[in-house]
Amino acid sequence: MNDILQLENVTMQFGGVVAVNNLSMHVGEGEIVALIGPNGAGKTTAFNCITGVYEPTNGRILYKGKPVIVNHPSGKMKRNYAGLCANDYAEERVLSPTPDEITKMGIARTFQNIRLFKSMTVFENVLTAMHVRAKANVFSSVFRLSWKEERKMAEDTEKLLAEQGLLAHRDDRATSLPYGLQRRLEIARALATRPSLLLLDEPAAGMNPQETQELAQFIREIKEKYKLTVLMIEHHMDLVMRISDRIYVLDFGSLIAEGTPEEIQNDQRVIDAYLGVAEDV
Amino acid sequence: MNREKRNHLIRLFVAIAAVYLAVIILEMTLRPTSILFTVLRKGAIYSLVAVSMNLLNGFTGLFSLGQAGFMLLGAYTYAIFTIPADVKASDRVYRYYDCIIGFDTGALAGLIAAGLVAALFAFLIGLPVLRLKSDYLAIATLGFAEIIRAIFQWDVLGPVTNGANLLREYKDLSRITLPFTDIPFPPTLFVFIVAGISILLIVLLINSSYGRAFKAIRDDETAAEAMGINLFRHKELAFVISSFFAGVSGALLAAFQYTVQAQQFESMMTYEILLIVVIGGIGSISGSCIASFLYIALSEWWLRGLDMGKFLGIAAPDLFRSGFRKLVFSVIIMIIVLFFSRGIMGDKELSYARFISWIKGFGKKKKKGAAA
Repeated sequence: MNDILQLENVTMQFGGVVAVNNLSMHVGEGEIVALIGPNGAGKTTAFNCITGVYEPTNGRILYKGKPVIVNHPSGKMKRNYAGLCANDYAEERVLSPTPDEITKMGIARTFQNIRLFKSMTVFENVLTAMHVRAKANVFSSVFRLSWKEERKMAEDTEKLLAEQGLLAHRDDRATSLPYGLQRRLEIARALATRPSLLLLDEPAAGMNPQETQELAQFIREIKEKYKLTVLMIEHHMDLVMRISDRIYVLDFGSLIAEGTPEEIQNDQRVIDAYLGVAEDV
Repeated sequence: MNREKRNHLIRLFVAIAAVYLAVIILEMTLRPTSILFTVLRKGAIYSLVAVSMNLLNGFTGLFSLGQAGFMLLGAYTYAIFTIPADVKASDRVYRYYDCIIGFDTGALAGLIAAGLVAALFAFLIGLPVLRLKSDYLAIATLGFAEIIRAIFQWDVLGPVTNGANLLREYKDLSRITLPFTDIPFPPTLFVFIVAGISILLIVLLINSSYGRAFKAIRDDETAAEAMGINLFRHKELAFVISSFFAGVSGALLAAFQYTVQAQQFESMMTYEILLIVVIGGIGSISGSCIASFLYIALSEWWLRGLDMGKFLGIAAPDLFRSGFRKLVFSVIIMIIVLFFSRGIMGDKELSYARFISWIKGFGKKKKKGAAA
């Protein structure tokens, strides 16, 4: 199996705080991989490094075997750097693409706190995400020379909404949808950018057990249908254990365990991280 | 769905045609010195600049206050390009300087050049400035507009800008002719055609894929970026296009005024336009158009009596003195901002259905300004 995403020694340091410490992981093509850990473990920071929101302080990220993000500590950070492998990437060219470039490569994401386009309808939200794959320049777009492409985008959006069961809400304002559907819309919008790798940041946050169950089914379905690889952050352990192929566990920015759901469930360090260690009396 | 859309387009087309027909009829029947023409012309010019500002502030979420600066660039470019070469060589306009620009162009070329110069400056200003956000962007663009105004009055640039002196004898509204003839172009119709085409282009832009990207940036920058929209490129694009049309409206204003001077493009002018945008509704094109006609009609026409001693048939020379109009005007604006804080249209557009329900709701008829 080929790895679609590899993180090598990724460290993210804010001032004196090391939010992600020397994280190395890999995600194989077609896998569903979960990233778990207690609050403040650095899971979302790791996501933000992968998607270009943050520039990691040190390390390398490869997508489909090619390095896309590379950095090493420089300037003031060189003196204050508290992570490992400080000189491993010093010779390499620094690569720090912006989030939109990452999306163009085929990595899409959703957000922990839903970020839909508030003023737009459900239809427009998805249609807007198609802009990234549009070829028309601003002139052909204004003078409607690209109307064929525009019509294709509208048709694709319609199709996508139908597949996601959102067609009934086509012309509703995105923010007027029930919470569960807003989550689903956010995923549909991410799918509209035609990703190969989908990053889900707590997709089940705020959902009841019924909705969580539906979501598990939904993630499996879209994975098969769009030939996706899924990397997700999640706190609902039943969801994580049910659908993940492999799990990475972060605590205080460092990787403490990785393995299949069974392995993780029986790992003493993971149990300690979540429940705390009994002090000697 | 499609049928509804087609009906909507047909109604829109009929409404626009009616407006233009009305302008033509008015120009054929009324005295050319009628105050109505001043209101219509200036209203149309302000509509265009308000819509261009709305493209930035309302649709892209960039709070920019540089509009007067770009209008100045447009006005000067238009004037300098269209002053006939022999007038430039004589002492009639450039009395203290020797004009170094030896050519002149027609009105249309002048208008396009006005837009292009404003757009070029916007492109250069945008490179550093668009990395700023909200208030900081507003301050930076306001500063730019003030600097441009000062530079254009600098006497070193006199051979081009005529220093702090007036520019005149360019192709103002009375000198614009129908193409390839000497027949004068009906002035109000000319302003309406240029402003109308420009606004149409902006509407087409807003309803295109790029327009949706602008709105996405306004709604949520982080999400827009995660959806593959390059923030800087799209902001720069909106800024340049908005400035292009601000430049065109500056050129129209120059043509409307018969003379142009850098001094008049103060920050006050930007605030005036911002006020129109806010009154019309941030994010509504038709709102901006209606508000600018109302604003101009109020300040130039309906409230004029307050300065002249007689208002609504009441003669009170002691009270209705010069300056009283501004006071009343300010009160009206405060009332609008307090009670219609989302503007006349909010972020909706004027449509037949909404217009009908509005008439039914109030039970009274009101003339509508424009249907953009």
